[in-house]
Amino acid sequence: MAGGRRAHLDRLDNYTRLFSDADFWASFRNIAFVIVGIAVVPTLLGLFLAALLFDYIGKKHGDGFVSLFRSGLYLPQVIPVAVTGLMWGWILAPEGAVNSVLETIGLNSLAQNWLGDPDLALWMVLAVLVWMQLGYPLVLFLSGLQRIDPELYEAASLDGATWWQRFTRITVPILRPEVYVVLVTTTIAGLKVFAQIFVLTGGGPGNSTLVPAYFAYQNFFERADVGYGSAISSTITLLVLIIAGTMLTRQAREDG
Amino acid sequence: MTTHTTSTAPPGHRRKPVKAGAGKANATGNRRTPGSYAVLAAVAVFVLAFLAPFIVILLNSFKTSADFRTNGSLSLPAQWNWSIIAEVWERVGFTQKLLNSIQISLGVVLIAVLLALFNAYAIGIGRIRWRTPFLIFFLGVNVLPQEGLVYPIYYLFKEMGLYDGKLGYTILVGITYSAFGTYLLSSVFAGFPRELIEAASMDGAGRWTILWRIVLPMSWPTLSVMCVFFFVWSWNEFLYPLVLLISNDNQTVPLGLSVMQGQYTSDPTAMSAAALLGIVPMVVFFLVFQRSLTRGMTAGAVK
Repeated sequence: MAGGRRAHLDRLDNYTRLFSDADFWASFRNIAFVIVGIAVVPTLLGLFLAALLFDYIGKKHGDGFVSLFRSGLYLPQVIPVAVTGLMWGWILAPEGAVNSVLETIGLNSLAQNWLGDPDLALWMVLAVLVWMQLGYPLVLFLSGLQRIDPELYEAASLDGATWWQRFTRITVPILRPEVYVVLVTTTIAGLKVFAQIFVLTGGGPGNSTLVPAYFAYQNFFERADVGYGSAISSTITLLVLIIAGTMLTRQAREDG
Repeated sequence: MTTHTTSTAPPGHRRKPVKAGAGKANATGNRRTPGSYAVLAAVAVFVLAFLAPFIVILLNSFKTSADFRTNGSLSLPAQWNWSIIAEVWERVGFTQKLLNSIQISLGVVLIAVLLALFNAYAIGIGRIRWRTPFLIFFLGVNVLPQEGLVYPIYYLFKEMGLYDGKLGYTILVGITYSAFGTYLLSSVFAGFPRELIEAASMDGAGRWTILWRIVLPMSWPTLSVMCVFFFVWSWNEFLYPLVLLISNDNQTVPLGLSVMQGQYTSDPTAMSAAALLGIVPMVVFFLVFQRSLTRGMTAGAVK
């Protein structure tokens, strides 16, 4: 219990230390990237793909193709995150598949240490996150599209609406609730992101891919600095609760 | 494969199934054109490229190191070689990890689903007092990040002698998931036909009878989807097992494999064999339960 008492005395110190810690601020800057990779890009790409599959491929070439493509794109969602990290860590390694492809097509000069370069690592993490997450909005949007009365699309087509007009005027407005759900859940997931970073880069090189959850973990279990780790994880918890609370009450209000 | 596109919409919004290329509606341009084949091909190429990492892993898990060094990571294996997989299997103790993962995930599913069923029965059908605050509490548990709880739980488990044991871990994860299950089931139960329950209780059925004979059979679709989901989630769990299940005999599949990363960075074929071992069980599960998985996700996300 002596530890508990000390933690109590250090409590404010830990928070003042937090605000002047470059690593902590770096981890928050990186979270902004992570949210782009885990929430924004998959949502936009997922919207486009869902509309393309539902309103074009499904109508012209049958639902079989839609199911097949949907399953393929959803697959990364069921693989353990740790294994996904293992797999991409290997593919992006200096001797990995990406460099070997570049070599085969004669672009040796483009070969990189993808995860080992501080300027590139975060972008690679972002790309892996997009790959992992795309299936989630896609499946959700495709099921949301079932709500749309097919006659709506037909009427629009008869009035001479182009595919793009149907997409922006019918598909996107009708999918608003799903878009909202995807953005809320993935933004929260982004704030908590841990395993991907742990397995892919360990926060490095330097602090170029450090995220708050990993930073807290380091302090708890690697540096045995429990007070500081607690300050970090309390900050994440508070942020998640604020964001989730705001978004959920907004959603409840919109639902009536 | 083509049937389940219609089953995902919530009941209130259900529409007549859209038949692809159904005869008379074709006036609006459902005809196949060279352009539409081009779009189809483009999407197919995109999906294939998307799946390329899996293909690369598959190719390299069966190569000898020498083959990899001379032919790179994209060629077909000179000869299909199972020994790398067998070797990694042995070194990771994969049989043990697999059994651990199965045991833990089944336990989690059992605990989570039973607790959720009882909770939701009380909240959604029993209409207990304070049910809105209870629901907000369960929702809050869902949102609370593991990262904030992991150290207190680690400390608690050490004090209680549950640290590095499968039992305590299974209970912990089961309870965590039951919060989500309670939330989901309560909203399903709230729309349960009251007349059925009233009729049954008029006939003298008690609470248990109503739960087992009426509510349970009718909510089986939701429950089965929940089982599939909880199984996958718990199989894929990372932070809690990383902290709480440290010994080799207790580790789960993803954890046991991720430990490899440090050891094998210089051995590419072993790395991809390890990744393959982690991918295969979930791909098999995915192929078997594909329908429930996609249905479950929508059930959980959009009430």
